[in-house]
Amino acid sequence: MATRTRYAPDRGLTVRMTATMFLLGLVFVAFVALIIGVMAAAHVSAAAIVLIALIFGGGSAYISLFYSDKIALAAAGAREVTPQQAPELHAIVDRLCALADMDKPRVAIAPTRMMNAFATGRNSKNSVLCVTEGIMDGRLTNEELEGVLAHELSHVAHKDVQVMTVASLLAIVAGLLVRFAFYSEIFGGGRRGGNNQAALLIPIIMLVSVVVYAISFLLIRLLSRYRELAADRSGALLTGQPSALASALVKVSNSMQRIPTQDLRKSEPLNAFFFAPALRPNGQGLSNIFSTHPSLEKRLAELAKIQRQLGEVAPDKR
Amino acid sequence: MGFLDVLFGRTKPVQPKLDDLFALPSAAIQLQAASGFTPTGSGSVCFRAVEGKTFTDIQKDVTDLLDMDAEKGTSLPVEVTRDSYGFTWIVSNHMSDEMDGLVTDLHAVNSALVDNGFGPQLLCTLVAFRDESNRRLALVYLYKRGTFYPFAPLNERQQTRDNTIELQVKGLLSDDLKIEPDLARWFPVWGAPGL
Repeated sequence: MATRTRYAPDRGLTVRMTATMFLLGLVFVAFVALIIGVMAAAHVSAAAIVLIALIFGGGSAYISLFYSDKIALAAAGAREVTPQQAPELHAIVDRLCALADMDKPRVAIAPTRMMNAFATGRNSKNSVLCVTEGIMDGRLTNEELEGVLAHELSHVAHKDVQVMTVASLLAIVAGLLVRFAFYSEIFGGGRRGGNNQAALLIPIIMLVSVVVYAISFLLIRLLSRYRELAADRSGALLTGQPSALASALVKVSNSMQRIPTQDLRKSEPLNAFFFAPALRPNGQGLSNIFSTHPSLEKRLAELAKIQRQLGEVAPDKR
Repeated sequence: MGFLDVLFGRTKPVQPKLDDLFALPSAAIQLQAASGFTPTGSGSVCFRAVEGKTFTDIQKDVTDLLDMDAEKGTSLPVEVTRDSYGFTWIVSNHMSDEMDGLVTDLHAVNSALVDNGFGPQLLCTLVAFRDESNRRLALVYLYKRGTFYPFAPLNERQQTRDNTIELQVKGLLSDDLKIEPDLARWFPVWGAPGL
């Protein structure tokens, strides 16, 4: 007997995410083609330029990915904790990992009053799940804390750090290509006779690079918002308690409003990793095209959908 | 997780493996012969309850089903408890130390949840044992992995466990049961009912 699954995938989200990643790739490809065309016209070895850009871009992305767990922990000032030091926290993580059949990441606590959590790492064996002292201080119920941890573990399971790094890599390489093209024009263009051409090319290249960078930036932010929704969804399905996750979201977002801005501004660089963004430029709940996270209202609406889905009566009981 | 799942950021909820439980009765005989640990007759299913009336109704159906057995006199009425981590335990206590009836009951609980689409909520099953010196041992079955591991608590408050006995049991039963090879997954089940 085929059991209808309650855990149906969200096709709309998948479609939107695919379209975003496709557009990112398209922008990159179109840009590389343009650069190669321009370089060929200016008689510079395009292959050399592309190769160098890929090496530098790929190298920096790889390094940031490889050390992402150490970098994030150092930036947050977090320390790893053993099961003896934080038995309850480890117990919750143990159970979530058993439910999800995933490897357990290292667990760390960051010493800040802000309520938040993040997870990062290059693969499942080298991941770390970090919570702040603020989120452990009792303002959240156990179910709410569990929802937050389930969301973060979903990021690890979805390999979001790797995905976002690859997406950013395209933007980085595009930017590098432009810079190398620019420098090679300055140093090599004059001798090949065609100063007029060079003078025209440079501003064109700069303009195109700005446009490409802007588009990539917006697309990457869009992708980040979709990945957050996906993590919300997986976390809620894992615990079976979408309302607990929703109420945790509300509490954490509200607490951001009250904390003095000093603390928040220090956390701004880590924003993309956090459960809820530390700085909200347009006031409560408003998401804009620059946000790394969807708006609170959007996240709550999606969680309500999951609640309905889980509560549906099985077909043979109707 | 497959490549496409990573690309689209979706997690397929892991379905439980139910049938490996039936290896327990013969493993229990082997355990008793080799180490002196006998089953106490207590076994429980642990799952993460889902919010909403639908799940509560299903849970009630399951306990009613098991209580029908209790009326026959082979077991005590079923207990339902919630632990401090929000997981629900359905505990079945059988009179005799014979495992077949207990495993059938546990399987009934599992199947009821799976048939109603809540398979992914199952966490583990725990079967309790004791030896003559009253040392406690549990065999924990991880649904998502389809593997067993031993858990021998020494002191609940200090949260110490007897790793020696656990590894000894691992050696004794590795031919009869699929023992979980990754020791990091042997998570401690402090305060489990029936232990």
